[in-house]
Amino acid sequence: MIRAGLLALVLLAAAPAGAVQPDEVLPDPALEARARALSQGLRCPVCRNESIDESHADVARDLRLVLRERLVAGDSDEEAINFIVARYGEYVLLNPTARGSNLLLWLAGPAMLGAGGLIAALYLRRRSGAGDPAPETLSEADARRLAELLDR
Amino acid sequence: MIVELGHFALVLALAVALIQSVVPLIGAQRRWGTWMSVAEPAATTQVLLIGFSFAALTYAFVTSDFSLRLVVQNSHTLKPMIYKISGVWGNHEGSLLLWVLILALYGACVAWYGGNLPPSLRARVLAVQGMIGVAFLAFLLFTSNPFLRLAIPPMNGRDLNPLLQDPGLAFHPPFLYLGYVGLSMAFSFAVAALIEGRVDAAWSRWVRPWTLAAWVFLTIGIALGSWWAYYELGWGGFWFWDPVENASFMPWLFAAALLHSAIVVEKREALKSWTILLAILAFGFSLIGTFIVRSGVITSVHAFANDPERGEFILMILGLFMGGALTLYAARASAMEAKGVFAPVSRESALVANNLLLAVSAFVVFVGTVWPLVAELVFDRKLSVGPPFFNMAFTPFVVALAVLLPVGSVLPWKRGDLTRVAQPLAGVLVLSMALGALAWTLQTQRSILGPVGLVLAAWVVLGALADLWQRAGRGPLALRLARLTRLPRSDWGKAAAHVGFGVTVFAVAAVTAWKTEDIRVVRIGETYPLGPYVVQLRDVRDVPGPNYMATQAELVLQRGGQEIATLRPEKRIYPVARMPTTEAGIDHSLLRDVYLVIGDEQAAGGWAVRSYIEPFVNFIWIGCLLMALGGGLSLSDRRFRVAAGARRAAPGAVAAE
Repeated sequence: MIRAGLLALVLLAAAPAGAVQPDEVLPDPALEARARALSQGLRCPVCRNESIDESHADVARDLRLVLRERLVAGDSDEEAINFIVARYGEYVLLNPTARGSNLLLWLAGPAMLGAGGLIAALYLRRRSGAGDPAPETLSEADARRLAELLDR
Repeated sequence: MIVELGHFALVLALAVALIQSVVPLIGAQRRWGTWMSVAEPAATTQVLLIGFSFAALTYAFVTSDFSLRLVVQNSHTLKPMIYKISGVWGNHEGSLLLWVLILALYGACVAWYGGNLPPSLRARVLAVQGMIGVAFLAFLLFTSNPFLRLAIPPMNGRDLNPLLQDPGLAFHPPFLYLGYVGLSMAFSFAVAALIEGRVDAAWSRWVRPWTLAAWVFLTIGIALGSWWAYYELGWGGFWFWDPVENASFMPWLFAAALLHSAIVVEKREALKSWTILLAILAFGFSLIGTFIVRSGVITSVHAFANDPERGEFILMILGLFMGGALTLYAARASAMEAKGVFAPVSRESALVANNLLLAVSAFVVFVGTVWPLVAELVFDRKLSVGPPFFNMAFTPFVVALAVLLPVGSVLPWKRGDLTRVAQPLAGVLVLSMALGALAWTLQTQRSILGPVGLVLAAWVVLGALADLWQRAGRGPLALRLARLTRLPRSDWGKAAAHVGFGVTVFAVAAVTAWKTEDIRVVRIGETYPLGPYVVQLRDVRDVPGPNYMATQAELVLQRGGQEIATLRPEKRIYPVARMPTTEAGIDHSLLRDVYLVIGDEQAAGGWAVRSYIEPFVNFIWIGCLLMALGGGLSLSDRRFRVAAGARRAAPGAVAAE
């Protein structure tokens, strides 16, 4: 039991700090709200798929602090983001830019919708343009059988 | 010994699956009845063999047989029994065994209850199902054998990933697999129909229940996963657009599209080749999901078993099945002659729009999920695609779906009249707008999201109810109510599922727009305000668990001097797995959850405490449950029990209910 407790202690010491810590929070609520919004769009570089806002990793905490420093220094949202992207690369942007090859990503949906819509429209036109098909005529055998049934 | 027998049964199952995938197919081609009839006993044998194999593995987990490598890696003697059992599928090998078991079970269901299917169609469906079985059994045996022994067994195991030791997550994977694998039925039917060169209303009636079942299971599985993420991950989020979540979401979207297009095939004999394509794609995306989760090419929070060799194998299976099916589709789709004719304003057109939106939205999710991979391979850019992108790119589709849904669902088949439709819906529209305006004036934040979400949701929910009311016909109230109770179950199912969709849309918008968050240091004994509440930190103490150590806080929630609840959030350390987890303290109620998380002890004294008020959050899962319920109601509709195209009533099909 004591050993388990010791182990837990060691692990606790090694356990990374939680997400946004109380000591990081800026006194100005408006600035803090901006910092929170921005940090939700920045990826923690060592985590699997977490923003620095959610992450428990040390580097995420560092980034949160850097971001707040920039905002306190009077940077605009864009400047603060650019500051971090310049150091960590566009990998940290959870919202990919719409520049260069990324245009493909952003336009894929609208393009697909457009193409799909066109195909659907053509299909609908063909379905309705055909008008009601000529009522199916009965084959001679069917007609005879029908007459037989009706007579009965 | 039991373990060896289980292993042997699995090898036998592979042999049986091989026979099942070849003999009936030849039989169906040559019209040899005896060869075709091989399929049914083969399917039954297969499910028995794999079932035995699964039982053997479960036995090894329950008895903590540490001579088995898989048990060592994923179990521990101290673990509670329920997690010893769920540990069977809490890992790559075991979950794959569950996958093939469910696959075989679906196949066997066709063999047992498919008495009223044309024999050649039944033989072909079972053969295709057998082929999928061969591929995955080979994958299991050659790359991920769960029955490998260790020469020197250790004294104890390494424990299951603590995040997976949770009731919500114990049952999340089986439901997802029931869904994923259920779509294999739609695939098998589609391929069999392509080989037969024939799709008709009877075929659609056979495919729809399987798709419905798969979709219901996927809905429940995804909801369970999201609910688990909400209470376990500790920051009150419910959906993260993680690649693994997307992997389950894409098949769900395709299954939803398939459900709707199959109605058109069934009622109007149109959209045949599109429905076939959807069935192929839906299963294809299940396979892609499997690939994403198990190959590790796309990093994610909970990808397990990252192994490139396995990834290649799944990619091969994917290529083989999709390549084969799509080639067959290209060759034969033109044979699917459409009969139904309809005007641009009609139920058919509305369902085409539904399919377009669902399929394109799934495509957007797909592109976003694989884009980091593509960008790195093709453009040499290392980038991320996260929630902001998905929220922006996906939300418009949900909005468009919600706007169209009530109109489409009241439109008549063949030819509709928008002015006639407008009559019952005008009131619904006015009421929804009024509700939105009310929300706008009541809310404290000036965000447009909440009110818009409410308008859309009310439009969908009230629209579904108005549709149901219309179906009751004209006449005095009592008569209409009486007619309402006699409506087919599928009408009720439709209404329930659409109401569920509206409810979920509302809850997601509401919780996103109106969530309150608070982060602070609190000393023991101190109180702090949280929205209309006051919270007091009474105590923090260490509490031992069966296989973990917990630091537990005691927080009292008060309102107007009255104690409402005592919450005990925990931080846990699992010493064997060397992993910390958080257990949030949540006061659930219908209109809001109060969600408290205990953080670290601060150097200057006191504890970090995170608090959230999550308005209407439980409606997210209530909506999902309603959708699943709607699917279930539709599934129990009389026309599926009295299967169409049957020359005689099939007693087996009735007994299955």
